[in-house]
Amino acid sequence: MINFTQQAGFGLRRRKRAEARFQWAGRGAILISLAFLVVMFVSIIRDGAGVVWQSQIAVTVELSADEVDPENIGDASFNSILKEALREAFPEVDSRKEKKRLYGLVSSEAAFEIERQIRDNPALLGGMQTLWVTASDDADLYISGQVDTELPEKQRRVSDAEIAMLDQLLADGMAREAFNRGFFTSGDSREPEIAGILSSLAGSALTLLVCFVLSFPLGIGAAIYLEEFAPKNRMSDLIEVNINNLAAVPSIVFGLLGLSIFLGTMGLPRSTPLVGGMVLALMTLPTIIIASRAALRSVPPSFKEAALALGATPVQAVFHHVLPVAMPGMLTGAIVGMAQALGETAPLLMIGMVAFIVDVPTSILEPATALPVQIFLWADAPERAFTEKTAAAIIVLLTFLILMNLIAILLRRKLETRF
Amino acid sequence: MEQSFIEARGANVHYGEKQALFDINLDIEEKRVTALIGPSGCGKSTFLRAINRMNDLIPICRFDGSLQIAGQEVYDPAVDVVALRAQVGMVFQKPNPFPKSIFENVAYGLKIHGMTSSKTEMADRVEWSLKSAGLWDEVADRLEQPGNSLSGGQQQRLCIARTVAVEPKVILMDEPCSALDPIATAKVEDLIDSLRKDFTIVIVTHSMQQAARISQRTAFFHLGKLIEVGDTSDVFTNPREEQTQNYITGRIG
Repeated sequence: MINFTQQAGFGLRRRKRAEARFQWAGRGAILISLAFLVVMFVSIIRDGAGVVWQSQIAVTVELSADEVDPENIGDASFNSILKEALREAFPEVDSRKEKKRLYGLVSSEAAFEIERQIRDNPALLGGMQTLWVTASDDADLYISGQVDTELPEKQRRVSDAEIAMLDQLLADGMAREAFNRGFFTSGDSREPEIAGILSSLAGSALTLLVCFVLSFPLGIGAAIYLEEFAPKNRMSDLIEVNINNLAAVPSIVFGLLGLSIFLGTMGLPRSTPLVGGMVLALMTLPTIIIASRAALRSVPPSFKEAALALGATPVQAVFHHVLPVAMPGMLTGAIVGMAQALGETAPLLMIGMVAFIVDVPTSILEPATALPVQIFLWADAPERAFTEKTAAAIIVLLTFLILMNLIAILLRRKLETRF
Repeated sequence: MEQSFIEARGANVHYGEKQALFDINLDIEEKRVTALIGPSGCGKSTFLRAINRMNDLIPICRFDGSLQIAGQEVYDPAVDVVALRAQVGMVFQKPNPFPKSIFENVAYGLKIHGMTSSKTEMADRVEWSLKSAGLWDEVADRLEQPGNSLSGGQQQRLCIARTVAVEPKVILMDEPCSALDPIATAKVEDLIDSLRKDFTIVIVTHSMQQAARISQRTAFFHLGKLIEVGDTSDVFTNPREEQTQNYITGRIG
């Protein structure tokens, strides 16, 4: 009688149990890490999603020729026009303290916004006009429902008087939430309601450009030489070990190196994408070299042999037959390296890319900051409304990281030659 | 007896400390097929790769002795391996077309050596090579398709066409049929037979039937030594050495 079931012996029950235990442990590990990921994304998106909407308040301003000279718009005092309009809307407000609260409902940029709207559309001039201006950060918190009115007045940023005024504006349809274009089209600001990420995004793009232009050719060149041509001896072993070590050096060390060599010795301009890109290139090089060497090693040696046997020189054999096959892997490595560089903060702090940059940089020689540094700066800001901006900036950064990694995967799938 | 084209005299090959070939003296005749047979690890492939210096790719590999092709010493310091390999082609065990089109595969050697001066000349040369390899009729209408879209046997004939294109003096073949089925093998064997009139061919094979079918001369290697060499018919029907006798009757191997 043959028994093919688990009862047949061979310690089968114990072996099966061990197998099941291991598989469940693996599933558990994946589940836990996924759970952390979900918690992270949910909390960031919950905090940052509000940035899509921006509270605005309508003010009815007097734009007659007495107040604004159509020939000479710049001479008008838009600040007093705005304050006048706010007082008109709330005639009952009279004390100095109350007035200050009233003016505080709109952003300190509101007067400039009125001026800008008039310059864009001079037809507005000549009478009473109702214009939308950005609400202040605290008013925005209330309008978007982020203020807990149950709390005692002293413990919240928005007072009862302000709440009453905002409620009246909302009831009259004079307060609304609109799509926040400014977040993507303007630079940093001290005022959270008008702070945008364009300056740091441009800074990051320029920095990465420099980083790529420097590290990609250098990294690939080094990888090709080391993998295909360098004699295998103690020296090349030493180089190999050191490249692997470099990949593990904390990024702040590269920042210090950049500070002392690029800024100190070479005297390059501080806070610029040029120096930032150079420092990040140093950091990215080992990653690119290691990934490129792995890609080169994965090319079947038969291609190179066939070319050499036909009388190709070693350089021809490598450039005509090995490199095209290894290229997708090399590009993937480079993109992964770039993604790392995009998220890097510490070295940029060391070379001064931590400055408060309002203007969008247009060249690699202008002072700039980068996305992760912007996140660091906003996270550090005392205004409550910057929390939302921080989370939103993180979402933007993560979006770019995910995009880059996605491109790397797609590129590898598309270009990979089957042989 | 034909005039010998390749002459090995006292050829030794070492891999580091290990000696792979011992004092080989072998004459290979022009425009004939010479088969190198012997059990695995006997040094026949090492000898083959010594002829076009592919062994140079292995850093620990060392050659001493003399190996001449048409009176030219292959291991002379003045010899440029690129020039050597342009005239001593090689076909490998596993078909290894480049991951490029069929046309590009054949044209590659012509391009790097600058052997053609116009596009039409190049196309003619590619056509001639593919015809020589008996592949033209099968691929004439799909020259732009990748070389690895062909079947295994077609790929191997493409590799032969690629080698033939640069018109080498010698073609070395390292077990060219070991990865092919019997039908593809028969085609490649016919091809080798037809190439004999233009090229000197040295082929390593594990199949004694194949050696008997396609070669005029056979050399039997064992444990790094050349045991016996002679006309194929003599070696197979009337071997002089007992080891050869044992190998071809299947008693060692």
